[in-house]
Amino acid sequence: MSTPYVLLGLLAAGNRHGYELKRAHDNRLPRARPLAFGQVYATLGRLARDGLVAVTGQEREAGPDRTAYALTARGRQELDQWLVTVEPPAPYVASALFAKVVVALLAADVDTARSYLVAQVRAHTDRLRELTAVKTAPSATFDDVVAADYAIAHLDADLRWLRTTLERVADWHREVRS
Amino acid sequence: MTDLQARGVVKAYGPTPALRGVTLDVAEGEIVAVTGPSGCGKSTLLHCLAGILRPDAGQVTWRGQRIDTWSEATRSKLRRTEFGVLFQFGQLVTELTAAENVALPLLLAGTGRREARTAALGWLERLDVADIVDVRPGEMSGGQQQRCALARALVTEPRVLFADEPTGALDTLAGEQVLTHLVRLARQQRTSVVLVTHEPRIAGYADREVTIRDGVVDATGLGLDLPLAGGGR
Repeated sequence: MSTPYVLLGLLAAGNRHGYELKRAHDNRLPRARPLAFGQVYATLGRLARDGLVAVTGQEREAGPDRTAYALTARGRQELDQWLVTVEPPAPYVASALFAKVVVALLAADVDTARSYLVAQVRAHTDRLRELTAVKTAPSATFDDVVAADYAIAHLDADLRWLRTTLERVADWHREVRS
Repeated sequence: MTDLQARGVVKAYGPTPALRGVTLDVAEGEIVAVTGPSGCGKSTLLHCLAGILRPDAGQVTWRGQRIDTWSEATRSKLRRTEFGVLFQFGQLVTELTAAENVALPLLLAGTGRREARTAALGWLERLDVADIVDVRPGEMSGGQQQRCALARALVTEPRVLFADEPTGALDTLAGEQVLTHLVRLARQQRTSVVLVTHEPRIAGYADREVTIRDGVVDATGLGLDLPLAGGGR
């Protein structure tokens, strides 16, 4: 999981409290699943145990548990290492969509498969349109646009793959029948 | 309110049918994407809706009036006033600067030189290309050319903008920027848009998508012959 590294990255910009880290995470990665507070504190705890972050002090004025954290030199090293490590490009195809389409073509009766595929394309298209509206809204921030672009590119890839697969099946049918 | 309407539009090029009875409504301020595989008839439909082509059968109405029966001169006037058109390649006049290109439709409509130039500058600014005002198309990037063409299509403040693969010749980022401007300005002015594209990603900019396959509207939205229909397996 990349959450520990995202927190290290956010701390690279300056010391922050757990609450601020959660806010910064959700703002910078607007289409990611929002971080739960518990997860932020648990992750910070592990990072502190491993010496990657350190507690820099507590503020009294703003409530009981406003502990601020700072990135340590080792934390910076760990972050830099992560940033230069190439992610394995799609080592496995892990997608419910992929599995379902393959099984639909294999096992479902004609009408079921057909209406599933039509509904799936429609749902993808609707979501793609929703995200495009988010990014073209005059109020969209740079982070919104970057996150929407990522989601849109993936939906677009799914749609292209679906279409190509259906065309392949059509070709295959023509060959088998003729 | 429905502004633009096609009813059973048929169009053939010689013996080859391009449209075989297409019905489509575009409401005021609505952005409609017309999609489908290449050769499906979507560009022909845009040409019929915009009054560039006359259908062989069926009707095209604009605010309740049939425009498919109008003379070329009357339809051409409609295209200069109420309609704006943007093609894949901007089709700018190469001898003219950006400002002169954008001012052209106003000059043709009888607007004074100074006023037309002021309006042109305003539109180039809104499209974030104020820096190319005195530049000729040959010296512009593809994205700049297309933004200039968009400014020219919008300078008359048309009620409908017809865009045929408007980003087809651009790289991804330049295309995104043109479309973002197009959509924002259309919404601001309540201009309807008919956006022809074969890419789902581009169609995502519209409020609604109509898919054409083999010259008719495809209700499945897939735009392809689903092998599963008709009990093939």
